[in-house]
Amino acid sequence: MTIKHHIIDEFGFDRMISRLVHEILERNQGMGDLAIIGLRTRGEFVARRLAERIAHIEGETPPLGVLDVTLYRDDLRQHLRQPEVRATDILFDITDKNILLVDDVLFTGRTVRSALDALMDIGRARTIQLVVLVDRGHRELPIRADFIGKNITTSRGEEIRVRLKEVDGVDAIDLVSTES
Amino acid sequence: MSSLSIRHLLGLDGVPREDIQLILDSSDTFLEILDRPIKKVPTLQGKTVVNLFFENSTRTRVSFELAERRLSADVVNFAASSSSVSKGETLLDTARNIEAMKVDIIVMRHSAAGAGHFLSERCTSRFINAGDGSHEHPTQALLDMYTIRQKHASLEGLRVCIIGDIAHSRVAMSNIYGLLSMGAEVAVCGPSSMIPYRLEQLGVRVFSDIDEALRFSDVINVLRIQLERDAGANFPSVREYLNYFGITRRRLDKLGRDITILHPGPINRGVEIESEVADGPYSVILPQVTNGVAIRMAVLYLIGTSAE
Repeated sequence: MTIKHHIIDEFGFDRMISRLVHEILERNQGMGDLAIIGLRTRGEFVARRLAERIAHIEGETPPLGVLDVTLYRDDLRQHLRQPEVRATDILFDITDKNILLVDDVLFTGRTVRSALDALMDIGRARTIQLVVLVDRGHRELPIRADFIGKNITTSRGEEIRVRLKEVDGVDAIDLVSTES
Repeated sequence: MSSLSIRHLLGLDGVPREDIQLILDSSDTFLEILDRPIKKVPTLQGKTVVNLFFENSTRTRVSFELAERRLSADVVNFAASSSSVSKGETLLDTARNIEAMKVDIIVMRHSAAGAGHFLSERCTSRFINAGDGSHEHPTQALLDMYTIRQKHASLEGLRVCIIGDIAHSRVAMSNIYGLLSMGAEVAVCGPSSMIPYRLEQLGVRVFSDIDEALRFSDVINVLRIQLERDAGANFPSVREYLNYFGITRRRLDKLGRDITILHPGPINRGVEIESEVADGPYSVILPQVTNGVAIRMAVLYLIGTSAE
């Protein structure tokens, strides 16, 4: 795996979060019934950053939860590698909330499809809005994001690698090649 | 590690610690699902599970069936009493006939020890043992361990005593194998007519005095005295059993500290345990039942979706 292009560094990352939060607050006219749900693993930490920034601006922290979509995946029956199932941790009622569903990279759309099904089983949100740091294209399902950090055109042989301080010790987004 | 090294769950004897750990850890996820308004996930959609019960059972079967349905599997119940077994068909033929209908997982209870082992070597489905004779009942032991872990965080070094008819109990044997493998100190206590002789060789302590056993224990697992079987042959009377081995309020008062009390059910109130104790603050009997569904979902998920 070789890095082809550094897309975003630590400072750019911070500015991206700021801009996303302002867009979110503008379109939702404040934080009203907003709640944030991050997709494990990296979406969880992006969600946390968004929540902190919202708290900084609005003076109030929105409810924050984590969703694990393993049990809803559509590739389980293909008997490939068995994914580890981890806990979903949503301690508030999502009914009538405006949910910000957060992930790091939007690619085929299959993870988001699983997440939407999971959320429907947990409660009836008023709206679900999708927030991603990077949209890299190649959708396989009719799904789009409401808030996008950056659109990056990629080929199938490339990958977007998002690194976050909480997991990787550094904030960065790189375009990497998976063809060796 | 995210998948099991075993293909079937036939017992806990010889199952690696990592596998037990994975099942217990995965169960947290499934327990959370049971609290949702829609208690169902699509994970085993399109899979068929047969509950093949050659022995009567209500609660274990219901627990398995709920677990299967909550994972969206198709479920077929097969009770031996109403089947071709009564017409003389062999166990292997029955299993092969069911398999020929293209099923994925067979959950089996049978009165013969090792029935699951026997079939798993001759069939292609995945097997989950729901109790085979007085041999093993692995999902019960897993749910017991999970319930203990909810109260005590870790099983390592924890002192657990199993009380009652150890010799005829599949629950006891599975608990002993599982707890030892997870690093707990295991003891048993009961009338000597109900203690198998080889237990010390496994590293299990044997108590004949219940008060001594209670002083040893952080956790006790009180087994049911099977009055409907020949339990009466092993001790003189129910009153005497309660006197010598029953878990009573008076005994716990005398102990003077916290202890966690499990019971696999159904309870004989006033035989192996007093009503007041069974409903008291140390009892985790009802959480055991809830956890049973979560544990069985975890086992079905891990066995049912693992790579061939």
